[in-house]
Amino acid sequence: MPLAKRIIPCLDVTAGRVVKGVNFVGLQDAGDPVEIAKRYDDQGADELTFLDITASSDERDIILHIIEDVASQVFIPLTVGGGVRQVEDIRRLLNAGADKVSINTSAVTNPQLVEDAAGRFGSQCIVVAIDAKDVGTPEAPRWEVFTHGGRKATGLEAVAWAQKMQSLGAGEILLTSMDRDGTKQGFNLPLTRAVSDAVDIPVIASGGVGNLQHLTDGILLGHADAVLAASIFHYGEYTVQQAKEYMRQQGIEVRL
Amino acid sequence: MKQTIAVIDYGMGNLRSVTKALEHVAPDSRVLLTSDARQIEQADKVVFPGQGAMRDCMAELTTRGLRDAVHTTATDRPFLGICIGEQMLFEHSEEFDTPGLGILPGQVKRFPSDQMVDAQGQRLKVPHMGWSEVWHSRPHPLWHGIEDGARFYFVHSYFVTTPDTALTTGESTYPNRFTCAVGRNNLFATQFHPEKSHSAGLRLLSNFVAWNGQA
Repeated sequence: MPLAKRIIPCLDVTAGRVVKGVNFVGLQDAGDPVEIAKRYDDQGADELTFLDITASSDERDIILHIIEDVASQVFIPLTVGGGVRQVEDIRRLLNAGADKVSINTSAVTNPQLVEDAAGRFGSQCIVVAIDAKDVGTPEAPRWEVFTHGGRKATGLEAVAWAQKMQSLGAGEILLTSMDRDGTKQGFNLPLTRAVSDAVDIPVIASGGVGNLQHLTDGILLGHADAVLAASIFHYGEYTVQQAKEYMRQQGIEVRL
Repeated sequence: MKQTIAVIDYGMGNLRSVTKALEHVAPDSRVLLTSDARQIEQADKVVFPGQGAMRDCMAELTTRGLRDAVHTTATDRPFLGICIGEQMLFEHSEEFDTPGLGILPGQVKRFPSDQMVDAQGQRLKVPHMGWSEVWHSRPHPLWHGIEDGARFYFVHSYFVTTPDTALTTGESTYPNRFTCAVGRNNLFATQFHPEKSHSAGLRLLSNFVAWNGQA
């Protein structure tokens, strides 16, 4: 039987709380990160991703304590991202109990960080997060990489950027469609497929999940190796278990 | 007296997950993350983890003077290798043409890129990252209470091959069958990460904590 496709609940964390926004703005409180992590673990989540969306570096240490707490109670892979600027940031997150660290803005401003981090800690724990926006036409699709939480255009084309990150040692790509994030309209499937087909490393689809069919589409039509979702799980619309049962009915291999 | 479980720390990768999981399943044991050869040789049980590239792991192990401690403990007390900690027990790895410790006969090979297609014709990615079924090749105390075919978490691009088929205790597929767990006497080693494999992984670790080293 093949490798199971992964379902990864995502927890956006600020000031010690899980929050959720729409198109990267308008944050709502969704609860305590440790409690939520344990709930998803019980439901059969394959991994968890924590994105520290804290703007100020003063509060940066809060995420380390949260990861320590979660890592002593939850025994599935934990990915942490947000504000990772140097090799030292990665070391601290791994020491707190993260299994993988996700690099976003700094991968653009300092691609050497990806290479250094992969060399030091191994590709298996270096995830590059790409926030991409649709800037093409139906005839000429094109997606541009944005940084700084989606505020800054980079001029970089997403598919080529993903390939470059793989060549520098990234072990996985976390691909978020900014146009879809928080909209509940489903993944940007052409973007997901274009990136997934262009790299040899696993791609996690993110941004836009509103129902269970969207998860299935991300795998079957987007060719993603894993699907990430936040709000459909945070607000109790679906459990991870329900999502997996649905995907299994659609012929997708999952861990139940 | 409390038993001591030494987790060998040679400065590579994230060992926090391994110690946390051991502390969780063995509240009555002393879990010691250590790079001190004497402490390792005095421990009742030894866990040998590893992440990253095998060449770097071997270099660090050598620099820190821990090779002898691994050789000794891998042959005389309950010993658990994980991931690169499994691969290093073998003779040689294709990854940067790296010699291993040679405690077990066999080679570490990369997933062959020309064969990475599943039965549906879908391309399989490398690293093999995620949850795959693990089939018990033979009974072993460390499989106790774990369903044959239970899924464990993997993340790797290389896997072990051995001419000594009796060594294989577990197999998985990606897309071809490969050895993902080996055992000989007091030694057990896995390619997957029990410390990240939820209830099945915790069960394997608690079996190790309770194990007397008799296969």
